[in-house]
Amino acid sequence: MGLLNRLDDPYEGGGILMGTVEDLLNWGRSKSDYYLHFGLACCAIEFMAMNASHFDFMRFGTIPRTSPRQADFIMITGTVTFKMADRIKILYEQMAEPKYVISVGSCSNCGGPYFEHGYHVLKGVDRIIPVDVYIPGCPPRPEAFHEGMIQLQKKINEQSIFNKRKKLKAELKKNNSISK
Amino acid sequence: MLPNEIYNNLKSEFGDAVIEYNDTQPIDPFITVSTDKLFDICHTLRDNEEYLFDYLMSLSGMDLGENVGVVYHLYSMKYKHKLVLKVSAPKAEPKVPSVEMIWRTADWHEREAFDLMGVIFEGHHNMIRILCPYDWDGHPLRKDYKVPEIYHGMKVS
Amino acid sequence: MSDKKRLDLEYSTHDSDKMRINVGPQHPSTHGVLRLEVEVDGEIVSEVIPHMGYLHRSFEKVCESMTYPQIIPYIDRIDYISAMNNEWPYVMALEKMMDIKVPEKVEYIRVIAAELNRIANHQIAVATFGMDAGAFTPFLYFFRDREYILWIFEKLSGARLLYNYFRVGGVSGDIYPTFKEECLDVIKKVRKTNAEVMDLLIYNRIFIQRTAKIGILPADVALSYACSGPVFRGSGVKYDLRKDETYSIYNRFDFDIPVGKGEVGVLGDCWDRNIVRMHEMEQSCKIIEQALAQMPMEGDVTAAFPKKIRPPKGEIYMRAEGPKGDLGFYIVSNGSDKPERVKARGTSFVNLSVIPEISKGYMFADLILILGSIDIVLGEVDR
Repeated sequence: MGLLNRLDDPYEGGGILMGTVEDLLNWGRSKSDYYLHFGLACCAIEFMAMNASHFDFMRFGTIPRTSPRQADFIMITGTVTFKMADRIKILYEQMAEPKYVISVGSCSNCGGPYFEHGYHVLKGVDRIIPVDVYIPGCPPRPEAFHEGMIQLQKKINEQSIFNKRKKLKAELKKNNSISK
Repeated sequence: MLPNEIYNNLKSEFGDAVIEYNDTQPIDPFITVSTDKLFDICHTLRDNEEYLFDYLMSLSGMDLGENVGVVYHLYSMKYKHKLVLKVSAPKAEPKVPSVEMIWRTADWHEREAFDLMGVIFEGHHNMIRILCPYDWDGHPLRKDYKVPEIYHGMKVS
Repeated sequence: MSDKKRLDLEYSTHDSDKMRINVGPQHPSTHGVLRLEVEVDGEIVSEVIPHMGYLHRSFEKVCESMTYPQIIPYIDRIDYISAMNNEWPYVMALEKMMDIKVPEKVEYIRVIAAELNRIANHQIAVATFGMDAGAFTPFLYFFRDREYILWIFEKLSGARLLYNYFRVGGVSGDIYPTFKEECLDVIKKVRKTNAEVMDLLIYNRIFIQRTAKIGILPADVALSYACSGPVFRGSGVKYDLRKDETYSIYNRFDFDIPVGKGEVGVLGDCWDRNIVRMHEMEQSCKIIEQALAQMPMEGDVTAAFPKKIRPPKGEIYMRAEGPKGDLGFYIVSNGSDKPERVKARGTSFVNLSVIPEISKGYMFADLILILGSIDIVLGEVDR
């Protein structure tokens, strides 16, 4: 139940929206995601084309950030090799919570064309980091990127940040990491 | 100049080091030389006024069953003729002299041949892997290569 | 107080000014996953060591388990920006080995597809080079025009980026009815944008100050490092495989080979390589116009397909002029329908080897521009 859905039944005289703070936070988070500037292979060229004027990815509120500390999500565009897999793990761990991963293209979904005989290709990036959205294609069309982004926005809208904080706090208390 | 003329000239100059000339198969004829005079032959091919092979198009490693081979594709900018040279060495001791002092481009090509085929080039200043990770085991392009099960905690296949 | 060591005196006798910086695999300006280990002395670069292999997709090992037509999609992915030019030397090599003559119409379609892809590649090269130098607008202009070319390719082959269009003996599908008009339309748009970008970026005073006189590559060094393409031609050497070792039907067209002249700086600097690319786009437009005028409209593009692709036992090395330089394939066949060995001689792999040589003594920001002017694509470097 997103914030914008509540626009359909405004309160009594109109002009007042009732919703939860979580809805408001999720709306803000999903509509201004910053992604990490990370392109590996052919899918990165389609990604660049998508950022250009015909398809205009920035209208989703996304801006490229160069440092993983400042990014909300990372798009793994292209083939992940073993030499690169160690570095992707480090990059993923450097990102601050809440963070998301979009896996773009066949190669990072499942190994792609190199599935059977590639000795240096990691068969799917979900073997090392948890993936939220998979975008199929080789390379995917820019419209497929848009669909993936919308799916990610839907996923963020349905998350509950406060429950997560409660859970994390309970875990930390159990491990005696905080005094209270 | 045609390849068989170059072969005859090289044979008269270097004798037994130039082993054979093969033009029976399509398309490219090639000259097989032995590894001990390879550096001198390549030096002559680059500097001699009749040949002037100053452009090394490609250097590839080959798996020939019991031996490993290296194939050189040469080209001359002035005369526009091409030549194919082949050497081979046994797999137990895959040592071939390096030609990186003659053509600077051989530097990275030889590192790649070492990485993927296991040919060790003597005289190279930096014989380490270039494409596979530095702690990778084995030489992947060999026919008897076994893909490892796990690498750094990740399943390979 | 007096027993506290004077650190400035101690440090001034050490050679501790050099610092090792990692321009890591994740970086917005390295055009892909390339790691450069740079040793700097303040701001001046003294040594560059490239580390690659982050995109090593084991292309050569995969080829040994695939039949000859099944390899063509993998070849697309070597230089993924200009896939048509990649497929051409491979199919030419197999046609030469099996002694197949392709129909006239196929030759013309191949030339037009390759030249359109050359324009698309140079558009990306100059656009990203401008972005490296800090100019964002040419990126948007060039990508807008590149979309029109990609729409033509989509109607022709079915895909926007990785086509799988060339086949041994022909191409996979014939041209569509409005192909000629759309190509001429695209050429008009490309010429218009090129004229704009020449004014906006190439002859811009700031751009000239940033890119002239850096990354100077002398012609003999380029020859020894076996560079090719605009990198070689930017140093003043007039060498192009389309004229020096004419393949296909390039001898029927009238076009020029642009070389660098040291117009605003020194011969062989970054600006020269860039202007060579801009002029090459214009020459490609000329070739496409002539090809469209001469192309026969009748003919079956699949007429020369062989029944089974089984080249005789032998080997061949074939190369063609791609947008980045000469891309070569060394194919060894053992008589069966799977190759014994396929080696791809990647242009960018060889061109990149020149970076440690030409970037010594320049500033760190110039290193990024020098790397951009070589125009590498990591699929070719790592294969």
